[in-house]
Amino acid sequence: MEHQGRDYALWSITILLVVLFALIPVLWLISISLKPPDELTDQSFIPHSVSFDNYKSLFEGGIDGSPFIKPLINSIGIALITTVISIVLASFCAYAIARLEFPGKRLILAGALAIAMFPPISTVGPLFDMWRSLGLYDTWLGLIIPYLTFSLPLAIYVLVAFFREIPWELEQAAQVDGATPFQAFTKVIVPLAAPGVFTAAILVFIFCWNDFLFAISLTSSDASRTVPAALAFFTGESSFTAPTGSIAAAAVVVTVPIIVFVLFFQRRIVAGLTAGAVKG
Amino acid sequence: MEAHTTKTSSRTRSERKLAWMLCAPAVLAMLLVTAYPIAYAVVLSLQNVDLRFPDENSFAGLSNYITVLTSSLWWTDIFNTVFLMVVTVSIELVLGMAIALVMHRAIFGRGIVRTSVLIPYGIITVVAAFAWQFAFAPETGFVNDLIGAETDWFGGRFTSFVVIILAEVWKTTPFMALLLLAGLVTIDGQLYEAARVDGASAWQRFTRITLPLMKPAILVALLFRTLDAFRVFDSIFIMTRGALDTESVSILGYNQLISRLNLGLGSAVSVLIFICVFLIALLFVKGLGAKLDEGRPGG
Repeated sequence: MEHQGRDYALWSITILLVVLFALIPVLWLISISLKPPDELTDQSFIPHSVSFDNYKSLFEGGIDGSPFIKPLINSIGIALITTVISIVLASFCAYAIARLEFPGKRLILAGALAIAMFPPISTVGPLFDMWRSLGLYDTWLGLIIPYLTFSLPLAIYVLVAFFREIPWELEQAAQVDGATPFQAFTKVIVPLAAPGVFTAAILVFIFCWNDFLFAISLTSSDASRTVPAALAFFTGESSFTAPTGSIAAAAVVVTVPIIVFVLFFQRRIVAGLTAGAVKG
Repeated sequence: MEAHTTKTSSRTRSERKLAWMLCAPAVLAMLLVTAYPIAYAVVLSLQNVDLRFPDENSFAGLSNYITVLTSSLWWTDIFNTVFLMVVTVSIELVLGMAIALVMHRAIFGRGIVRTSVLIPYGIITVVAAFAWQFAFAPETGFVNDLIGAETDWFGGRFTSFVVIILAEVWKTTPFMALLLLAGLVTIDGQLYEAARVDGASAWQRFTRITLPLMKPAILVALLFRTLDAFRVFDSIFIMTRGALDTESVSILGYNQLISRLNLGLGSAVSVLIFICVFLIALLFVKGLGAKLDEGRPGG
C-alpha cells in the first residue's frame, strides 16, 4: 500500500512536469500580451495588472490600417485552399494505392517519401526567380503551389494508412442488396473514409499554417504575407516602442483557436501522426 | 515487358489505367515544385546570376561552389547546423522515449499527458520561438529572475544556442514521443512478464527487450527528425537572425538568395544543402539499416 502511494506521488509529479513544460510558453505569451506597456519589463511571469490594449491595437484601423487582419485572412485562406486541393488529389492517389494493383505503386510511395525529406530551402531560389517572371511572386497562388507539393506526401501516407483499413467488400455487399454503385459509394464508403480524410485535412492545414520559409521568401507585402511572416516583420506603434506586446497578442490570437481545435480532435491527430509508423 | 502486357486481361489493363489517372495529378503536383526547381537550381549554381545586376549573367563553371566551400562562413554554418541537429535530436530521443514510456505505463492521466504534448505540435514554430525569446530576453523575460541570473542570453553564441535548442526540443519532442509510443504498444507484454519471472531488472528489460524491438521505429523517427533538424530555420531567424555566428545553412541560403539576390551563389548553397540531406538519408538507410517502407513522412 505504501509502495503504491509513492508510485502515485511520483506519477502525479511527472504529469505535472509534462503539463507545465507544454503549457509554459503559451501561458507566458498570454501573460505578456495582457501586460500594459509600462509593466512589460517587470520580469514577472504573472501580470500585475491586465490591459487589452495590445489586442485592440491589432485590429485598429480595419482591414487596410491593421497590420494583422490581412495576414490573418491570407493565412486562413491560403491554408484552407491548399488543404482542399491537397486532400482531393491525395484521396485519388491514396485510393489507387490502397485498392488497385498497378506497377509503379511502390515508386509513388518512395517518391512521396523522398519529397517529405526534401529540403525546402533548395527550391526557394528557383521558385523566387520563376515566380517573379510568371507573376506569381507575392500572390496566394505562389504560396499555395509549394504548400501543395510539400503537404501531399503527408496527406498520401495518412490516407493510404486509413484507406487500407476500410472493409471495401461492404461496397459490393450494398450493391448486392440493391444499391446503385453511386449509392454504394456515397452511403457506405464515404462515411467510412470520412474520419481518415478529416484527419489528413487537419494535418495538412497545420502544416500550411506553420510554414515560415516560403512565406517570407515568396511574399513582399500584405497582399499574400501570412501570419508567421507578418509577425517577423511587425513593428511597434512608433519606432520607439518595441512590438513585443503586439506580437504576443497576435501570437495568442493565432494560437488559442488552433490549440482548442487540436485538443478537441486529439485522438484523430495522434492516429494521423502515427499512421503508417507501425506496419499493420 | 511487351509479352507480359498482352497476356494481362483487359480488366487488369483498365485497372492500371484508372490507377495511373488517379495518381497523375498528385505526382505532377509533387514534381512541379521539387524536381524542376532542383534542376533549375543546379543550372543557376553554375552561373553568375545576381538580380541586382541582371545584365551581367555569365557562365561560371564551378566557381560558385569553390567560393562557398572555401569560405569560412559555410563551414561555421555547417558546424552550427550539425551541432544543433545532434544536440536537439539526442535530447528529443531521450525525452521523447521518457514521455512515451510514461504514456505507455500510465497509472492514470494518460489523456492529460497526451493532450499536453499535442500543444507544442499545434503551435506555429515562429510563435514558439517568440515565446522563448521573450522569456529569455534580459529586459522582458522571467527566466533570469527565476534562476537568479543576469545572463544576456542573446549576447553570445552558445547561450543563444541554449535557447534555440530549448525552443526546438519543446516544439518537436511530442512528435517523437508519439512515434515512439506507437512502436512501444506493439511489443508483446508477455515478453516483459517472462523477463520479470527470470529476474531481469527494469533497466535490463528496457535495454534487452524494449530497445532492440523498437530499433526500426526509433531509426525511422530519428531519420525524419534529423533531416528536419538539419533544415532548422524559423527559430534562428526569429531569435538571432543568424547574428554572432549562430547562422544555420538554411539561413545562409536564404540570405544569399532573398536578401542579397545572388541567385548563383545562393543556388550553390541550396544544391550543397540538398547533397547533405541526401547523404544523411543514405547514412541512415545504408549505414544503420533504417527500413523506409515502414516509415512515414514527418508531420
